[in-house]
Amino acid sequence: MTAEPNPEPVPTRAARESSGRYSGWRLLVEGLGGQRGWRPAWSKATPRPRYRVVIVGGGGHGLATAYYLASEYGIRDVAVLERGPIGLGNVGRNTTIIRSNYFLPDNIRFYDYSLKLWERLERRLNFNTMVSQRGTLNLFHTEAQRDLFTRRANLMRLLGVDAVPVTREAVKLLVPLVDLDNGRYPVLGGFLQPRGGTVRHDAVAWGYARAACQAGVDIIEHCEVTGMRRDARRVTGVDTTRGLIEADTICLAVAGHSSQLAAMAGLTLPIETHVLQAFVSEAIKPVLDVVVTYGAGHFYISQSDKGGLVFGGAIDGYNTYGQRGTLPIAEEVAMEAVTLMPGLARVKVLRQWGGVMDMSMDGSPIISKTPVDGLILNGGWCYGGFKAIPAGGMCTAHLIARDAPHPVAAHLDLGRFAAGLTLDERGAGPFPYAH
Amino acid sequence: MLRIRCPWCGERDETEFRYRGDASQSRPAADAGLAAFSAYVYERKNPRGWHLEWWLHVGGCRALLKLVRHTVTHEIRWVGTAQDQPSLPQEPGR
Repeated sequence: MTAEPNPEPVPTRAARESSGRYSGWRLLVEGLGGQRGWRPAWSKATPRPRYRVVIVGGGGHGLATAYYLASEYGIRDVAVLERGPIGLGNVGRNTTIIRSNYFLPDNIRFYDYSLKLWERLERRLNFNTMVSQRGTLNLFHTEAQRDLFTRRANLMRLLGVDAVPVTREAVKLLVPLVDLDNGRYPVLGGFLQPRGGTVRHDAVAWGYARAACQAGVDIIEHCEVTGMRRDARRVTGVDTTRGLIEADTICLAVAGHSSQLAAMAGLTLPIETHVLQAFVSEAIKPVLDVVVTYGAGHFYISQSDKGGLVFGGAIDGYNTYGQRGTLPIAEEVAMEAVTLMPGLARVKVLRQWGGVMDMSMDGSPIISKTPVDGLILNGGWCYGGFKAIPAGGMCTAHLIARDAPHPVAAHLDLGRFAAGLTLDERGAGPFPYAH
Repeated sequence: MLRIRCPWCGERDETEFRYRGDASQSRPAADAGLAAFSAYVYERKNPRGWHLEWWLHVGGCRALLKLVRHTVTHEIRWVGTAQDQPSLPQEPGR
């Protein structure tokens, strides 16, 4: 990947206040100067009437797409429109896990590309996103599940991705909290992806917003898209709460609401919207230094640097745009937590919240052109969008800039459904609530 | 917790039921062509508002029910049998 010269003149605009470069030296200098030299990490832009590219959605994928468009592909005439403030959508509502332990080779390649971008992200953005490759441990509880996980690990290793078998005894050494011998679902072992881990999610939003702004992108907050302008063939602009904004290309990165935005352009997508809940416990001393997933249910847990246990489970299971979640799943998640780690029984849950997401018809994401020219879709992330932010942004930027899919994301095309080439990791069929 | 008033069993917790998706999709004629079948299998209106949907009372009478439910407020306006063809309310949910 080499940066190429900007093919267009950068339009003149109001001087952008720079937040400068962050470093240990700067920290020291600002500390001695009474912390008066810090500037906002990104500027609050006012919309101009026309851009080359308008990205709807200032979440992880939207900001990353804007950043890579400007820094990697030389397209700086870009606006990111965000309905609320930056960081309050799904990019700030997830359980912060990164990993690439997938089953389908095309998906393994895509998510491992993302993991490689995570590994270099902090240096590239000049922002501490707290990438912590503490390892992701998937436990198995039956012999059939061991065979399935072994097959997945072998597929990963064939593609050069790390997957390490972990014995029962080693699981206990790695995670002393786990009850190996619970009567119903004894732990037989696990697979560890040492390069998996967690990233500070808010810092990802802030880091990409700052870097995109420094690269020349307009980040426009409190600007909700209310309509889509198009002629017979292609999109021409968006109506917003801050007026009409015209664009050559419009990219939707609004997972959870993709169907709503696509409907404004007259499209129906292979997506349902569902809510996924997440939970954080009170802060406790360090007890868990890997990410653990429970194989006998749908449950995953890690410990944040503040000490809170961050965990979650399955989606609530029926169409909803309510960003809250309901109690039956909260109860199920608590049962799974206590079955796997009985020692957690008396830990108090501090916070619970929900985020709405695009559940696609095959459980895999969509980065694609659409039947409407100039309209690009980044969506369908199901509950795995966070880990894919760097690759999703890079591949969406590539699609916009080069008018052709990025090599690692060509399989995520919208046309795969009609063509019968669905990417069904779990073999669950065209039922979004089952993925 | 949703409380669903099954026409046969009375009002029960949502945990007795299993969600079966959008009930507004209808199977195209056999000769409708690939695009129509692809849309039937994969495309969903996914409304933010009133939604016609299938729920299977798997922990009760095992009947397949049709519901009109709001996807933001979760209010259930109507429950009926699979054969019923209710119209969706025009006003917003509670």
